[in-house]
Amino acid sequence: MCLGIPGQVVEISDATRKLAMVDVSGIKREVNLACIVNEDHTLDECIGDWVLVHVGFAMSRIDEKEAALTMEVLRELGEAQEEIEAMRLSGQR
Amino acid sequence: MKYVDEFRDPEKARSLLKEINRLVTEIDTCKDRPIYIMEVCGGHTHSIFRYGIEGMLPKEIELIHGPGCPVCVLPMGRVDDCVALAEMPGTIFTTFGDAMRVPGSKKSLLQAKADGADVRMVYSPLDALQLAKENPDKEVVFFGLGFETTMPSTAFTVLQAKKDGINNFSLFCNHITIIPTVKAILDSPDMQIDGFLGPGHVSMVIGTRPYEFIASHYKRPLVVAGFEPLDVLHSVWMVLMQIVEGRAEIENQYARIVPDEGNDEALAAVAEVFELREFFEWRGLGSIDHSGVRMRKEFVAFDAERKFTVPDIKIADPKSCQCGEVLKGVIKPFDCKVFGKACTPETPLGALMVSSEGACAAYYQYGDPARMRELEKA
Ligand code: SF4
Repeated sequence: MCLGIPGQVVEISDATRKLAMVDVSGIKREVNLACIVNEDHTLDECIGDWVLVHVGFAMSRIDEKEAALTMEVLRELGEAQEEIEAMRLSGQR
Repeated sequence: MKYVDEFRDPEKARSLLKEINRLVTEIDTCKDRPIYIMEVCGGHTHSIFRYGIEGMLPKEIELIHGPGCPVCVLPMGRVDDCVALAEMPGTIFTTFGDAMRVPGSKKSLLQAKADGADVRMVYSPLDALQLAKENPDKEVVFFGLGFETTMPSTAFTVLQAKKDGINNFSLFCNHITIIPTVKAILDSPDMQIDGFLGPGHVSMVIGTRPYEFIASHYKRPLVVAGFEPLDVLHSVWMVLMQIVEGRAEIENQYARIVPDEGNDEALAAVAEVFELREFFEWRGLGSIDHSGVRMRKEFVAFDAERKFTVPDIKIADPKSCQCGEVLKGVIKPFDCKVFGKACTPETPLGALMVSSEGACAAYYQYGDPARMRELEKA
């Protein structure tokens, strides 16, 4: 739960709510970008960014190399699969 | 467990280990007792066990697995409150998956669900908010737990609910905060800790400055560490370097993710929605002053604790459980009388057995590092 998972911002889905579609290992889901948007880095500039996604929120921008490294560690810890499953199943009964 | 050869960069791992082995010979304390280094974060605990890092370190270093797994420190009474909320008619109770199997005094959320309560696992508090939009005739309660890493996510969700006027959404706030907790550990008389590995992702939110008192007041080194096995080894080395050189400073090994000033946007949202509680109850550690947050009164309408009545009864941890001593590093998990017998990952008695970040589950799954080390040498 605390480790988060890397993904890449694909498109802005709801600008007023700062929501964007993020691709996490092939799974696309809506993620809130409020923590990484400010005057120096606007919402539109986030497209293409690699981010660390934490329970549906992008918590920091990371470089692509760091994203790959983090994903590898998560896979080895067995947490990547768990996170992706949770994303996929979320809200279902 | 892995071997150094399987690390991403075995050369680097080997040279770090060599350096670590050399440093411990320079530390006087090591002649009488091991150096105790606590990793505060459950993510580190998991990584340390998964990669067998403890077994690779010299016997002069003992890692203490701290209270950084939010699911593990949740007291039984709070789980009972969750069950009570979940069993209210017309309620959809939403939670992260990790919390489903934590035992309450009568049942876990998973058992409540089997008994007919509408309990749903969600990946994000945003999904709970979405459920509230889709089910206007139901009350949707989200079980918010975790340290500063997850606090911004629930804060932003509550702000969004307020903005969108979604009145059937509320948060059962059980967030805890790291600084008073580390302070309580440092003040505890049965604790001997020489240095800390600081939590990576909590620090991504709060930055490194809030830890300053650990260096200035308690004279202990703290190194904010990443999760990769090389990060952990590197950070242990940095702690030892400080001890050898007689320094106590806050250092940041994980600067590629953790800015020293933290995340302003996240901190602003947290400050807007939450305020410190006078105290918060922890499993095994008792009550710690200012260690939890509640929602500010402007958000009463979204606060499950005030919107509904929760039983809020204090339930003592079961007698056979020794989670508290394990959390403080006073005993090792297998010293607990019920470890591996009455208490296993399938039938957890204590919360440390529930999550892969809990010390007991890690020992159960990966074995005792000290014994592994002996076996390896034999
Ligand atoms: S074995 Fe079970 S009861 Fe004993 S300390 Fe670990 S989690 Fe707690």
